[in-house]
Amino acid sequence: MYNFTYHRAGSVDEAASLISDNEDAKLLAGGMTLLPTMKQRLAMPSDLVDLNEIGDLSGISVDGGTVTIGATTRHADVAASADVQAAIPALAALANQIGDPQVRNRGTIGGSLANADPAADYPAAVVGLGATVVTNKREIAGDDFFVDMFETALDEGEIITAVRFPVPQKASYFKFPNPASRYPIVGVMVAVTDAGVRVGITGAAPSAFRNAEMEAALGSNFSVDALDGISVDADGLNEDMHASAAYRASLVSTGAKRAVAAIA
Amino acid sequence: MTVKVTTTVNGNQVSGDVEPNTLLVHFIRENLELTGTHVGCDTSQCGACTVHVDGRPVKSCTMLAVQAEGHEVTTIEGIGEEGNLHPMQAAFQEEHGLQCGFCTPGMIMASIGIVDRNKDNLSEEVVRHELEGNICRCTGYHNIVKSVLAGARDM
Repeated sequence: MYNFTYHRAGSVDEAASLISDNEDAKLLAGGMTLLPTMKQRLAMPSDLVDLNEIGDLSGISVDGGTVTIGATTRHADVAASADVQAAIPALAALANQIGDPQVRNRGTIGGSLANADPAADYPAAVVGLGATVVTNKREIAGDDFFVDMFETALDEGEIITAVRFPVPQKASYFKFPNPASRYPIVGVMVAVTDAGVRVGITGAAPSAFRNAEMEAALGSNFSVDALDGISVDADGLNEDMHASAAYRASLVSTGAKRAVAAIA
Repeated sequence: MTVKVTTTVNGNQVSGDVEPNTLLVHFIRENLELTGTHVGCDTSQCGACTVHVDGRPVKSCTMLAVQAEGHEVTTIEGIGEEGNLHPMQAAFQEEHGLQCGFCTPGMIMASIGIVDRNKDNLSEEVVRHELEGNICRCTGYHNIVKSVLAGARDM
């Protein structure tokens, strides 16, 4: 790992000022992607601004119909939260399937979203549940947050502070994990919300997306059968050594059906 | 430029001057000379470097030493000693939960976490699933799972 200057931020404002002065600086949350990337010398930030000691960036609260999760809340804490389990059990279950126990004890929701790995789990929840990403500057709708592979709507130096999830009537997450890395080859979050059915998909494309055809079909008939005959276009889907685009398209269909079957 | 780090390791306050890019595992092994914590894959996958930070298992090859500032670290040396082993250490010995032993410190630290998290619902299935962050390359996991279940009974 190349060396860098380390800063322990005491507040979001301090972190923002440290990062705004320096375009080669990076924010450090759980470090589950950044530190391995730096160890491989694929990244060489001049400065790391550590967000982990900013107390009010971490924590979970449920207020009426909204679950708010602080940016540096660890996956293990989301998974084990009785509040999340009661309000959005699919979200707790999703968090409990990320990586392995040691990774879940360090990795954070804000870090995962800012990194925008095409095969991360949380993007399926942000898109599928219609979450709002709160930053130190503004609020970004989940639908607008993911732009492309490893690219988000965040400006340079903008810091995620929390994610707000509206509580759905019911939701279910299906994940087909890579057996070695545990990243989803495809993950599908299906949610029945007051505003209709949402289907959020991760792993399949450069960034998380919704499937309008499935949402419309499930909106008029929430059953596995409603998805029969809806084929997913493989064009533009990811293709790598783990799965072809056509296989991923097939997994999206199967995953959506499995997710629906769990709550129909 | 080095940074001073002060932390608690196995109940003792320790401090040292480290480069910012020093990993926690290297601080533990080289500065503190606690070599029970191993570096296996060095890519956050194998779990040989597992230690507890504030009571929770983490991979010390994927955390900076400076991030331990103000936190409590427990290594394999901190949970028991010769003649007075931790129940999980004793169970690995009794149930032959190791062959070469390289993965064992990480296995034991991860296993204590598994028992802590699943006091009411520990089962062979849970143990097999939650050991996914630790890799043994000798002989498979059967006796390791037996050891964790036996250790859990005595914890």
